Amino acid sequence: MIIEHPLLGPRDAAEFVYLGDAALIDRPDWQAPDAAERFHAYGYLRDNPAGRHQELWYHEQGDRSWLVVTRDTVTHEISRVELARDVARARGRSR
Amino acid sequence: MGYSALKILREGLTGNKGWEPVWREPDPKPEYDIVIIGAGGHGLATAYYLAKEFGLRNIAVLEKGWLGSGNIGRNTTIIRSNYMLPGNEPFYEMSLKLWEGLEQDFNYNAMVSQRSVLNLFHSDGQRDAFVRRANAMKLAGADAELADTDQLRAELPFLDFDNARFPIKGGLYQRRGGTVRHDAVAWGYARGADARGVDIIQNCEVTGFDIRDGRCHGVETTRGPIRAGKIAVCVAGSSGRVMAKAGMRLPIESHVLQAFVTEGLKPVIPGVITFGAGHFYVSQSDKGGLVFGGDIDGYNSYAQRGNLPVVEDVAEGGMAIMPMIGRARLLRSWGGIMDMSMDGSPFIDRTPVEGLYFNGGWCYGGFKATPASGFCYAHLLARDEPHPVATQMRLDRFARGNLIDEKGMGNQPNLH
Repeated sequence: MIIEHPLLGPRDAAEFVYLGDAALIDRPDWQAPDAAERFHAYGYLRDNPAGRHQELWYHEQGDRSWLVVTRDTVTHEISRVELARDVARARGRSR
Repeated sequence: MGYSALKILREGLTGNKGWEPVWREPDPKPEYDIVIIGAGGHGLATAYYLAKEFGLRNIAVLEKGWLGSGNIGRNTTIIRSNYMLPGNEPFYEMSLKLWEGLEQDFNYNAMVSQRSVLNLFHSDGQRDAFVRRANAMKLAGADAELADTDQLRAELPFLDFDNARFPIKGGLYQRRGGTVRHDAVAWGYARGADARGVDIIQNCEVTGFDIRDGRCHGVETTRGPIRAGKIAVCVAGSSGRVMAKAGMRLPIESHVLQAFVTEGLKPVIPGVITFGAGHFYVSQSDKGGLVFGGDIDGYNSYAQRGNLPVVEDVAEGGMAIMPMIGRARLLRSWGGIMDMSMDGSPFIDRTPVEGLYFNGGWCYGGFKATPASGFCYAHLLARDEPHPVATQMRLDRFARGNLIDEKGMGNQPNLH
């Protein structure tokens, strides 16, 4: 697979480390009354879809940026690549 | 119809005209006591043991494709029980004991060959870890044997003992481990279940669950609705897709694992050999091909095919322990979809929905578990309590903090 890095251009997926579903960006509020349940769902449960999947890839052998890659888990086709920082900020995170 | 040497002789002399199909192709009935979703190894074994050991006959096994079309025919056929943790090892040892009696039990030649499994180690620290594992195996009634390099040099002279990076310092043998003809396992269980009245319904995809008031009353399928007292999901790599139809999220990610086979060679590898410093396992099939594999690709996938970096990684692992493998030409490679659980261990459990049961999360260790998985799932379905060796394989173990973290890697499915 070739990942179209937003800053570096096309890079081999072997340069990256895979973390998983991009929902991991949305860490639960540790002060919420149901924090234990939320962290269980955050840490352990997955949507695991067949089809379009947004996921976190870390460019360990490159510029060490975190990317959000939108990829089809049935065809392996990559339709979109963004910096995870931009995605997190668009969701209202400070960084 | 039983198989025997006499029958083969008689058929051989009369033109092989007396063989009959070994299972029926029935239409689904509107209602069953138990509906099992997934006619793979585990699903068919569950039906077989439900019928044979627990006396339940009004059972259907639903299959989206053809029976045995998934991982039961895609794995590298290895059986072993060299696990360590109390939640795992007794279960896998039970499985190995069932393998040992399987062919007589279901009267079908599954070519069970206890040709040994050898795990190589490459450092003092790894030797200590393997001694500990061997002791844990023996405590659970399994066999384990430590081999030093002198013994291994005599038995397996082709290994690269003096590899500069990963010299071989010895190995942990499980002599009772080995290989099995994997498709025959599905066929044998299917035949045994069918003969006891189980309906195996192929080309029948489950499209939804009939869940009302917290209870599952049946399934919607492409061949119409089917009511059932109990619904048992057993779909390995498709676990996430199927359970999503019941509104459940699982502690599972689906990943692709590749396997490889070379051209047929004269007998060179006596048993199963695994690399301790990377991920590589190899055995030789009875046809002569070297059957081997390594790590999963490491990203979510339902594609049943992988990518080239892992092909390279597996080949490097092979070259590190047996350079002769570089002379063999690869014939085929393929992929299967692994239901990678968060701690690398499986689930055989009830779900929060009454009447709905789940079996999955086998990662890439499902084949060796087939008999015990079927037996324990059947036990759970028939008696509504877990089998004594499968009490820890619970869906809620992460919420309770009772992980079965065999490899000590935490909740990172692509690392198991």
